[in-house]
This record gives sequence, structure tokens and C-alpha cells, in this order.
Amino acid sequence: MVWDWIPRNLGMIGGLLGEHVVLALVPVLIGLVLAVPIGWAAAGNRALRGVLVPAASVLYTIPSLALFIVLPAIIGTRILDPLNVVVALTIYTVALLVRSVADALGAVPSMVVAAATAMGYRPGRRFVSVELPLAVPVLIAGLRVAAVSNISLVSVGALIGVGGLGQLFTDGYQRNFPLEILTGIVMVLLLALVVDGLLVLIGRFSTPWTRVGANA
Amino acid sequence: MNALFSWLADPAHWSGSAGIPARLVEHLWYSVLALALGAVVALPIGALVGHGRRGGFLIVGSANGMRALPELGLLTLLVLLMGIGLLPVTLALAVLAIPPLLAGTYSGVRNVDPGAVDAARGMGMREWQVLFKVELPNALPLILGGLRGAALQVIATAAVAAYVSFGGLGRFLIDGLRTRDYPQMAAGAVLVAVLALVVEGLLALLQRAVVSPGLRGGGRRSPTATVGRPAPAPANPEPVPVREPAGAEP
Repeated sequence: MVWDWIPRNLGMIGGLLGEHVVLALVPVLIGLVLAVPIGWAAAGNRALRGVLVPAASVLYTIPSLALFIVLPAIIGTRILDPLNVVVALTIYTVALLVRSVADALGAVPSMVVAAATAMGYRPGRRFVSVELPLAVPVLIAGLRVAAVSNISLVSVGALIGVGGLGQLFTDGYQRNFPLEILTGIVMVLLLALVVDGLLVLIGRFSTPWTRVGANA
Repeated sequence: MNALFSWLADPAHWSGSAGIPARLVEHLWYSVLALALGAVVALPIGALVGHGRRGGFLIVGSANGMRALPELGLLTLLVLLMGIGLLPVTLALAVLAIPPLLAGTYSGVRNVDPGAVDAARGMGMREWQVLFKVELPNALPLILGGLRGAALQVIATAAVAAYVSFGGLGRFLIDGLRTRDYPQMAAGAVLVAVLALVVEGLLALLQRAVVSPGLRGGGRRSPTATVGRPAPAPANPEPVPVREPAGAEP
């Protein structure tokens, strides 16, 4: 029975899943850390926004397979280095989030900012404790798109030998074994679903004030 | 880098059935087929659900679910099940085109100013006239935004078709990878990226040309047009996937 393949290879599947999670989510974290200051700069300065947001869209246009392959020439890594995938996905995450952050910060009501200033908040603290929390819902929406698309994109990395669960696709294809591919697809979908759900929960717990109005 | 340029400059790579122009045409052909198939599925569903103004959560949910589908897995699975051919490649790529087209069409039609729709009904238009003469023209910016997103996705991913022994610009990537011919791989990557950027630019121009001037934020406003104006659509919808903001959920 072919279905045996799954229980017999649970260890291997688990290992690939772990690799997949790292390759997909480390770029989301790094991308978030990079995108917040860039988006903040873009939100505060119209001219800068006019350059940064279109530049981010162009970066997002570069096909993933192309980026995986060209990066080694630019950053000097080896072609089969997992770092290529991480850097490429970080670039996509930043490209996606810069716009979210800029839009979210731009949408913070100016009266709220003025009130915080009047209460004596200095710009740095005001950003961290007033503007950034108010930007969380839009930020989470951006993170959800970034995380789900990264999870799906990592598998393309299998073509250059680093692809987490994507290796089930290349291996299954070479061995003419559809079940292996199907297992990979289901695992990727489940992973995306779980990560997406977690991000929604994080968004809810970090913005308790958004639920107050609905019940009042 | 120099090796990349000399590979691209070599006339031998610009002719014949394995040359750059032939691969480019193949690449565009798969992409157009997939986009057409995706549009045939997504446009009617998006328009009807948007017109009925109900069931939107199903559209958003299924579009997001499809986005998570790993393309390489889908393609290899379809090829194993159906055999190597244009059909599995087109199907796998069409699946990529559907979410942005569906989301763009649905949200475009759904967000047409209800005042304009009511006025159209009040003038005695039938439902199909309301859809074709009022809602779809008003939804055009978002539909074209969806088309741009879909085209970008499909062109970028059509390179993967080469993995299942198909043509297109991906051939240079995959062949270069197998023979460790880095200049060829890099040339393929650059060609795919340039193609994606060029098509994106052309579609942006098309969007500007075909959208009614009344829908453009910067357009000249006639004094009578202020009543019942359609809700301002974003002049330049983002090429990134449209998603429901997390804050909007119950």
C-alpha cells in the first residue's frame, strides 16, 4: 500500500517542515524589523514616500526564482546557500510591509498624535507607545500576506536545492510519486493556515481596544 | 557579471527554437493562456457575487486559500497525473491568476457607489444592464488592478514550467542550473524579471488609458458630477494581493 509512505517518512517530513518554517518566517521577522523604520520615514516625508513606495513595488515585481539565482552574484554567497532564500524573502517582506507601515502610520489621526505630544510624549516614545500600536491592524494584515506568500514561495527554492517542503515536490516528481507531492501541498497549506491564524490572534490580543466599540 | 553580459550579447543565443526570442514567445503564450483561463473563471464569479452583494466572505476566503497553494507542487502533481502537456501547465498557472482577478472584480463591483446603482435601477435599467453599464465600468480600475497582479504572478511563475520539461524563459534557469552554467542562469533570471517589469508597466499604461476619466482622482470634475459620484477608487491599486484588513473582522 502506497499510503505507508507517510508514516514511514514522518521523520523526514517533520525535518523538512522545520526547515520550511525557518526559511519562511525568519524573513518575516527580519523584514518587519527593517520595514518599520523605513515605513516610518516614508510616512513622515512626502518626497521620500514618493521614492520608497514605488521602489518597494518594483522589488516585489522581481520573480522569486530569478531572485534566488541572481542573489549569489550580488551578495557573494554560494548558489545553493539557504541564505539566498532567506535574503530574497526578506526583500519581498520589506517591499510588502513598507507600504503597509507607511499607510498605517499615515492613517493615525493627527489629533491623537497632537494629544500625545501635548501630554509630553517625546517623538520616540510617542511613536512606540501611540502611533505604532494604532498601526497594528494594518501591519498585521500586511504580515499575513507576507507570511502566507513566503510559505508558498519557499517551496520554489527546492529548484535550487533549498526549499523545505518543496523538496517533496522535486523528489516526488523525479520518482513519479504523486502522493509525496500531495503530502507536500497539504503540509504547506496547513502551515499557511496555522501561521495565518496565529497572526490574527496576535493582532487581536495586541489591540484589545478594537473590540470595545463593537460591544458598546 | 561580465559573463552574464557576454552570454546575453552572444548572437547564438538570439536565434533558433532555443533562442531568447523563441523562449520569450513561449513564455508569453503560457502566460496569456493561463490569464485567459483564469479570467474566464474569475470574472463572472467575482462580478455576480459582487453584484448580489452577498457571499463575499467565500470569495475572500477561497482567494486567500488559493494564494497559499505552492505552485511548484501543483504543477508537478498535475503533470504526473495528466502527463506532460500544455493543459496541466496552463491549469497550474491559471490557479495563480484567479485570486487577484477574483478579489479585484469582486471588490470593484461590490464597492460601486450604491447611489449610482439605485439611480440606474430608477432609470429602468434591467439587472444585466446595471451590471454591464454601471457596475463593471465603475469597477474597471480594481479589475485591471487585479489583472496586473495576476499577470505579474503568472509571468514570474511561468519560469517554473521549464522544470517539467516545458519551454519558456525558465529553460535558461533550469538548464543553466543542471549544467552549472551560471551566466545562462543569471541571463534567464534577468530576462524573466525584465519581462515582468515591462508587462507591469504596459498594463499600468493600459489602465490609465481605458479607465473613464470620471473615475480618476485627478480628473477634471464637472459641477454636476459631484452628486452621486462613485466612491473614489484608488487611482493605482497596489500590485500586491488585495486582502481583507485584519481589523475589519468581527
